[in-house]
Amino acid sequence: MITGLGRWLLGGFFALFVLFLYGPTLTIVVLSFQGPEGGLTFPMRGVSTAWFTRLFQQQAVGDLGTAFIRSLILAAMVMAATAVVSVAAAVAFRRRFHGAGALFTLTVASLIVPGVLVSLGVGLLFNLLGWDAAWWNSAFGAQLTWTLPFGLLIMFAVFNRFDRAWEEAARDLGASPGQVFRQVVLPIIAPGVVGIALFGFSLSYDEFARTMLTAGSTNTLPLEIVGMTTNVTSPVLYALGSVTTGVSLLAITAAMLTMRVLRRRVKPDAGAL
Amino acid sequence: MRGAPYLLAAPLWLVLGGFLLVPMAAIVVVSFFDYDSVRLIPDVVLTNYADVLLSPVTWLTYLNTLKYTALVWVLTVAVGVPVALFLAFCVQSAMLQSVLFLVCTVPFLTSNVIRMISWVPFLGREGLFNGALMGAGLIDRPLDVLLFSDFAVVLAFVHLYALFMVVPVFNTMVRIDRRLIEAAVDAGAGPLAVLREVILPLSKPGIAIGSVFIITLVMGDFTTVRLMGGGQRASVGLMISNQIALLQYPAACANAVVLLLLVLLMITALLRVVDIRREL
Repeated sequence: MITGLGRWLLGGFFALFVLFLYGPTLTIVVLSFQGPEGGLTFPMRGVSTAWFTRLFQQQAVGDLGTAFIRSLILAAMVMAATAVVSVAAAVAFRRRFHGAGALFTLTVASLIVPGVLVSLGVGLLFNLLGWDAAWWNSAFGAQLTWTLPFGLLIMFAVFNRFDRAWEEAARDLGASPGQVFRQVVLPIIAPGVVGIALFGFSLSYDEFARTMLTAGSTNTLPLEIVGMTTNVTSPVLYALGSVTTGVSLLAITAAMLTMRVLRRRVKPDAGAL
Repeated sequence: MRGAPYLLAAPLWLVLGGFLLVPMAAIVVVSFFDYDSVRLIPDVVLTNYADVLLSPVTWLTYLNTLKYTALVWVLTVAVGVPVALFLAFCVQSAMLQSVLFLVCTVPFLTSNVIRMISWVPFLGREGLFNGALMGAGLIDRPLDVLLFSDFAVVLAFVHLYALFMVVPVFNTMVRIDRRLIEAAVDAGAGPLAVLREVILPLSKPGIAIGSVFIITLVMGDFTTVRLMGGGQRASVGLMISNQIALLQYPAACANAVVLLLLVLLMITALLRVVDIRREL
């Protein structure tokens, strides 16, 4: 344990780090309530919700509403696929099988290949095969190459702390493999699964590099936002930033609450502590 | 039941095979293709690689990207280690520790593009930094180099990716056996000696994992350099995306192969120094 002066110095440094992480985002949230005459920087010229209103009306710069819905659907698809595929693979890795080493290497490789190369490769492949790239096929797959490694590594951590005695007890009591998984394993790993689902949702919802060349002719929200940065120079950009950050925070809160409920259900006495 | 692991691992194989392995193979194949202004011409030519490796502009771009990577790496280590130290060794309550850890991870789950844009009110010509500097009488004209410069690019990188260093370093630090530290203290080591002789050497694997993330993210980046560099700064990722925009796919692919080899080389060198497998 570090005590005394060192502790205060590190504490101060940590506080500055948190300020550094959150300060800029808080600033644009404040500035998105800029008065109708205001600009991209301080001072605030009055307080209004004009930029939010304009955000929801404006159709001149792309189609934000449709892009937003598209991004939400895609994020939900990536979330579900990430949860199912990572859990299945993590269960497989609990036993030995041929190719396990190769699959693990491929998963780690997926984490370290730069996103722009995945985008280029998948876009090119669809091009060569004469398939139409769209957000729901090529972009969906390209995003999974980023979310699945996180999902699998998190599941490894979850299963490392998993006590096999519970499974054996269920088996001794006559449970079938399906019952063991549904009634014993799944409830115990459920908070971890919600965690990966959150990762899948957030990483997909905000992903730009892997979607850039794989979304075909339609845009996801991050693509629209990057497009806007080059030709929108009003606080509308900040209003959009506030809204999309709000959606991310909503997803995080929902996941946290779900994890809490699931943890309580596994350990009924946990609530009393 | 013997086939169960194969069945369960099949979806992962399918996704990574179809969307990583085959596309990377496609990049390698197309990097040997010829092309003109309208189409790809299947062929085996080395001109694309010659263009990449013999052009001084490309060399400068690679050097610039390496410069960003080195700067961001040094800065994220300098920021990440103290932050992880605080979380791992100064916070006693487990509850507070997980809350503070969560505080550090939340920004990672929000939009990178928005987090970049959020520097505009600080760094712009009429931004807070220029205002403060002029207010203090240090400068009499606003500095233009704050936004759209190497400074802005590196600042945004550190802001976006410091977390990728904090999390793995913290994970190795919390697993350090506290008795080792007590033993060092009993043997007469001061706080700095404990840090230098015990904590930092044992945190190396975490720093290595963080470094792998930083190298991959910065080497392949193009959005940060484009947005924060204002179109004035070059990086390999940006060069690739420009070649794609001009439909020069074979050129982009040759660049992609070179970039991938470079990243893999750097990561292999890093893993020689530290055994990462033990940490997983």
